Amino acid sequence: MDLKNLTIKSVREGIEKGEFSAHELHKKFLKLIEEEDKSLHSYLSLNETVTKEDRPEGILGGVPLALKDNMSLQGSVTTAASKILKNHVAVYDATVVRKLKEAGAVILGKTNLDEFAMGSSTENSAFGVTKNPHDHSRVPGGSSGGSAAAVAAGLAVAALGSDTGGSIRQPAAFCGIVGLKPTYGRVSRYGLLALASSLDQIGPMTKNIYDAALLMNILSGADPMDSTAAQLPVPDFTANLSKPIKGLKIAMPKEYFGEGLDGEVNKVVEQAISKLEQLGAHVDQVSLPHTKYSLATYYILMPAEASSNLARYDGIRYGLYKKGEDLLDGYLQSRSEGFGDEVRRRIVLGTYTLSSGYYDAYYLRAQKVRTLITNDFEKVFEKFDVIVGPTTPTTAFKIGEKEDPLSMYLSDIYTVPVNLAGLPALSMPCGAVNGLPVGLQIIGKKFDEEKILQVGYNLENI
Amino acid sequence: MISENEVERIAALARLKLNEKEKQKFQKELSLILDYVAQLNELPIENVSPTTSGIGAINIMRPDKKREEDNTEQVRAMLEQAPETKDGFLKVKAILKQE
Repeated sequence: MDLKNLTIKSVREGIEKGEFSAHELHKKFLKLIEEEDKSLHSYLSLNETVTKEDRPEGILGGVPLALKDNMSLQGSVTTAASKILKNHVAVYDATVVRKLKEAGAVILGKTNLDEFAMGSSTENSAFGVTKNPHDHSRVPGGSSGGSAAAVAAGLAVAALGSDTGGSIRQPAAFCGIVGLKPTYGRVSRYGLLALASSLDQIGPMTKNIYDAALLMNILSGADPMDSTAAQLPVPDFTANLSKPIKGLKIAMPKEYFGEGLDGEVNKVVEQAISKLEQLGAHVDQVSLPHTKYSLATYYILMPAEASSNLARYDGIRYGLYKKGEDLLDGYLQSRSEGFGDEVRRRIVLGTYTLSSGYYDAYYLRAQKVRTLITNDFEKVFEKFDVIVGPTTPTTAFKIGEKEDPLSMYLSDIYTVPVNLAGLPALSMPCGAVNGLPVGLQIIGKKFDEEKILQVGYNLENI
Repeated sequence: MISENEVERIAALARLKLNEKEKQKFQKELSLILDYVAQLNELPIENVSPTTSGIGAINIMRPDKKREEDNTEQVRAMLEQAPETKDGFLKVKAILKQE
């Protein structure tokens, strides 16, 4: 059995045919991780209670998966890669975790991330950086860098990530795997440690499009525990994958191919798009005129929401606790010692833009620009089925290369607008530059994950 | 540019304590970010309505009844996460001082 190339489909076939057992597979993966993850550091903790089952039932029966460590797994340490939650044990399962368990999945462990999912490289993890499996001197991307690296290195068959401004798609692109951010509201966030609640989504990170579609079948749907999870029927996302894309209308936003895009990445992405044309799709250039304002909008809204969400970490109910001289001093000490640099930077920034006298100038203005960005997409989707472009402006950068926060933020320029508009989008591998993977981003209409998966599947199997 | 005093005031609002070096670093970095986001001022937005939530803002109600999930076992597990408890309650420092 070739552990590293297993997919959800091949694991299920192997178990059903009796080629290997779930028990055996779990043990083998733990051994593989022990051997190979020392240099990669994709996992923060492992589930070493090996499943006793041999041939479990369920769509994911016996399939070894990894979870980003900002999702609650009952009884496991759930840290969000922050010192403030270093010893925090989750007391309930996130809805997505419950669904994976009900489908029979084996949870291998929890993967590394930028602290509280704030970052694009995993360099902000309080527990050390994850390496890119394609080149250990480079970042795996972030914030779901641990999940991306684990799947790319074959240390998990698939994984879950979360995406607030690109945190599934950007690491998927850097590590050469498939990553899908569902429509805002498609997947319940109950049990996800909140970063920015109007933007966060959980999604699959897999070795191929089929596996992503299969996981979407399990993860999606309304949830009484999350009022933002949409009350909409969930289609079978695998049903139309192989349907031809002949006649489909595909838009290429000129703003995604301009200044800042690496020339070699551009070439690889354009080649992938020409393959879509060969398959009979119509490709046209369009404009999303407010694209250049996306990052500024995002870096007002996200820190504002984060500063509010992270107010709960006060040391009193759970997490790091420093006994101060009085209540206030205890807050100050616990939070200052528990939070890393980037988290504190964003909390201060968000508190500033929300503070009295600045609200209209920053937060309200950004909410209005968010509307303009959303309108840009809606206008294009009146005439087109999907939008395609590069996932990131460059391939994976070097560890330590981006020292100032702004230059790091710029690596999310093509992914952030999608979160602001609440749309579904996936990144899939479409080639390489100097041995480093390049991601193609496919963006869809709200709740039309089927279409982006169909386009991805057609391209993958050309 | 945001002043060092302002950084200190905002950090205090956010219940964060910064040392001198951090204050200077944050002052510089936050000023850069605020300069960058100022580009939104170029846009005419008077007649645009704000997007206030990720999904059309609607109230989702549930019956005001005890849920299965809220069992005593889970409450106990949650309290076990707290650094200080007394008689099944969270314990915090006194907030009122004696005269």
